[in-house]
This record gives sequence, structure tokens and C-alpha cells, in this order.
Amino acid sequence: MANEVETTEVKANAVEPKKVELTQKDRRSVCWRSTFIQGSWNYERMQNGGWCYAMIPAIKKLYSKKEDQREALKRHLEFFNTHPYVASPVVGVTLALEEDRANGAPVDDVAIQGVKVGMMGPLAGVGDPVFWFTVRPILGALGASLALTGNILGPILFFLLWNVIRIAFMWYTQEFGYKAGSAITEDLSGGLLQKVTKGASILGMFILGSLIERWVSIDFKPVVSSVTLSEGAYIDWSSIPNSVKGIQTALTQYDSGLALSATKVTTLQDNLDSLIPGLVPLLLTLLCMWLLKKKVSPIVIILGLFVVGILGHLIGLL
Amino acid sequence: MSPISMVLVVIIAFLAGMEGILDEFQFHQPLVACTLIGLVTGHLTEGIILGGSLQMIALGWANIGAAVAPDAALASVASAIILVLGGEGTKGVSTAIAIAIPLAVAGLFLTMIVRTLSVACVHRMDAAAENANFKGVETWHIIAIVMQGLRIAIPAALLLVIPAATVQGALASMPAWLTDGMAIGGGMVVAVGYAMVINMMATKEVWPFFAIGFVLAALSELTLIALGVIGVSLALIYLAVTENKGSSNGGSGGNLGDPLGDILNDYE
Repeated sequence: MANEVETTEVKANAVEPKKVELTQKDRRSVCWRSTFIQGSWNYERMQNGGWCYAMIPAIKKLYSKKEDQREALKRHLEFFNTHPYVASPVVGVTLALEEDRANGAPVDDVAIQGVKVGMMGPLAGVGDPVFWFTVRPILGALGASLALTGNILGPILFFLLWNVIRIAFMWYTQEFGYKAGSAITEDLSGGLLQKVTKGASILGMFILGSLIERWVSIDFKPVVSSVTLSEGAYIDWSSIPNSVKGIQTALTQYDSGLALSATKVTTLQDNLDSLIPGLVPLLLTLLCMWLLKKKVSPIVIILGLFVVGILGHLIGLL
Repeated sequence: MSPISMVLVVIIAFLAGMEGILDEFQFHQPLVACTLIGLVTGHLTEGIILGGSLQMIALGWANIGAAVAPDAALASVASAIILVLGGEGTKGVSTAIAIAIPLAVAGLFLTMIVRTLSVACVHRMDAAAENANFKGVETWHIIAIVMQGLRIAIPAALLLVIPAATVQGALASMPAWLTDGMAIGGGMVVAVGYAMVINMMATKEVWPFFAIGFVLAALSELTLIALGVIGVSLALIYLAVTENKGSSNGGSGGNLGDPLGDILNDYE
């Protein structure tokens, strides 16, 4: 009894003499709610509403006095914005800080807001390239390449892999943040963070290079040359018997390298392909990058390309 | 379309609208949204193919900070509905894609409107917080999410009540040069998404990896998975090599920590 009174006296600003702790169930609840962090995204304070919404189970658990609850709610309605998944480690650290505060540690509003703002910038710098520009394009391209043939596995793979990665990332980084407490800020500004970002951009650039070659399609139609082949270089259809035997002969001749018709047509595209396959898509991508850097809106470029496609088709170029 | 299909389509549209802002489960991505709409309307294969084609275009669309990307949610939901109503099967896919692009712009404006309306929601949340009213904070947050869902659900419902004949008529009245030209344009617009991504990531250090990827992709025997394995390996090798270089540089200084330089020097 005496001991308890003493504790209360020492920690004068303690909310409760007994130590309150967030259980795993509380943290799970916060993690689930942080799924909706962008729900009330607004131009004034961005993710603040979702952040506060996620914090509510913890606030309810940690503070019993109405006055403290009010202050906590207001504290967590401050400006916040980062990549929605890397918000999780910030949530974890904030949970640890709030827990300390509820138990009487001298953690003030400025410290909590400072940790939130201090972490959100660098972490958004990791989340955007890793999730939006590496994982999603890769899984998306994988799923889409299956889907183009009508294969249901495409969408299923994309959906499952994405959500497994996302949920695992959110839960484990939140737990990591919670356990590491405020120490995480130092850790994250260390080497690991930079390594992850660099590794992701290497992989991302590599995959982008291959995607441009494979998936940007431009086909130049104009015929560059039309050469009449010498006899014996093409299949002489008039000498092929009109029977199953004939099909066999024709296929054998085709297989040995004979052309299908007496004239060899070379389009502009064939010439370009023999130079470097995918050269035009590459140049088009570089042009788009340059336009984007010149602050041309992506929508304008997209609509412009449609116009080019229609006009190019009309004049027989594409 | 049966009433049950219609209700399910509107529900999917609602989910896609929510996800358009949340960006968590990815219901708004064409690959998922178009497939689901295809599934509930009995046009699964067309839905999957449309989803795959649109996904290729939307690969690089991402909301960065306060910037808003073209809206994948409205583009995928509305184009899938038009594809189904048009009744042209897989032939209608390229037309549906051409329609999807202007819709992505329309969706962009809709989400900007809702994001502005959400300012009012968070002000209500402030007021609720003043009274330590947890329910109030939660309710206004949920209302904001619902607004984002309705942003797509309402246009989807409107598209559904337009008679199929009107949609078919509008599609049929498009001349071949227009649809073919749009399909050609659709093959090129993929580049814009890639360009957005490259502008974000490119540094002098990582450009060589882009070149390697570009050249290797010409080997059609390599699947995307194989390319992924090569990419991951390259990244790991590069990180390991640069790390070794960094640590030995720290220890001894000079060009002793430059293994490639040492080898080259040996040949001189």
C-alpha cells in the first residue's frame, strides 16, 4: 500500500498509479484500423483523420480521464502524411511513446509530434519507390502478362501476393516500431534504409528497362523495300501437290528457310528491329520523361499519344 | 444484365472507389476491378483481358504526397461496364481502353473534389475531439471513406441504367480509323507510366541496370519471372560489392579498396 502511494507521488503527472500496457490485441486493432489511414485524406491536414482513427483503441486503453482523452484525440488530429504502409512503424513508435506518457514518463506533445513528422518524410521516401514503383509494377506486370491471355491466375496472383506482402509489412514494422520505441528514428536514418531504397531502385530500373522493350508497342507500317526473290528462295506454290502430302512438302520447305511468297517485303519496323529491338519504345519513353520534366501533365501526354496514334494511322505511318 | 449482377457491380464500384483513396487491398487496380466486374456479369475472360491491358497502362500511376495520379478506379470500373454492355466480347477491349483514359481524368477531378469535401469532415472530427467523443471522430472518418466509395459507385450505377442499346449504338458509330488509331495510341501510352516511374527513381548510379534490363528483354526465352530473378541478383551483388568497397576504403584509404581498379592496374 505504502509503495503504491509513493509511486503516485513520485510520478506526479501520472494518469494512473498502475502501469497500463497495450496488449497484442490492442496493437492488432490499431494495425487493422491503420488500413484506413487515407480514408479522410484532405487538402488541409492530409492523413490526420485516419491517423487519429487508428489511434483510438490505444487512447481508450491508455487514458481513462475525459480530459486526457480529449488532449490525446486533439494531439493525433495534427497534420500527418506519409506513404500509407510505412506509416506502420511510425504508429508503432507513437504507441510506445503514448504508453510511456500514460505511465507518467515526461513525453510531451512536441516530442510525439516531432517523432511523427521526423519519421514521415524519410519513410515516405522509402515507401514510394519500394511499393509504388517496384513491387506494384513488377507484380502488376506479372499479373497483367498472364491476364492478357485470359488467365484468371493473373489477377489472383497479383491480389494475393500484394496483400500478403502488405499485411506482413504493416504488422511486423508496427511491432518493430513499438518495441524499438523512439530508438527507431536513429536506426532508420542509418545504413539499412539507404540500402533498401537503393536495392529497390536498381531492381526497379532493371525491370522498367525490360518492360519498355516488351510492352510498349509501336509498329511502323511503311514499306521500305519490296524485293523480288530469285527462284528457289521461295516456295513455288504451283509445284506443291494439292493434298496432305503437299502441306507436308510446303512445311518442310518453309522450315528449311524458304520464303512464303516471291517478293520480300521489308517495313520500316523490320529495319528498326534489326538495328536494336525496342529502340522506338525507348525513344518514346525518353521523350515522355523529358516532357514530364518540363512539367507537361501526364494526362496531356496520354491524350496527345492517342491523337498521334489516330493521325499516324490515318496517314498510314502506324 | 440481371438485377443481382447490377447490385454486385455497384458494390464492386464502391469498393474500388474506397480503395482509390486507401490504396491498400488494390480493389481499384484494373487487374482486380475489371476481373471482378467480369466475374459478376458472366464475362470473366473479357474482364481479365481488359484488366491486364489496362494494368499495363496504369503500372506507374501512384499518388505521391499531395499529387494525385490519373484515377485507376473510375477508369477500370467504367470501362469494364462499357465492355460488358457493348457485348462485343474480347474485340471490344481496345475500344474500352480508349474510353478508360478520359475517364481516368474525370476520376481525378472527382477525387480532388472529395478530398476537398473531406476538409469539412476533419473539422467535424476536431469538434468531436473537443468533447472526447470517440464515436464522433470515428463516424466522420467513415463518412469520408463512404464519400470516396460513392465517387465511383454513382457513375457506375448511372452507366448501368443507360440502355445497353445506347452504349452499343455509340460504340458501333465509332469509325474504324478512330478505334484502330486509339488502339495504336493505347500501345504507346504505356510509356507515360514508365516515364513517370523512371523520373522518380533514376540516378546516374542505377541507369546501367536499366540498360541491362532493356537489352536482356529482347531475349524472348526469358520470362518476366526470370528477368525478376536476374534483377534481384544484380541488386544484391551490387549492394554487396559497394559495401565491401566502402568498408575497406574506410580502413586503408586510397584506391586499395577498388578491386576493379587493382585488376586493371595489374594489366598495365
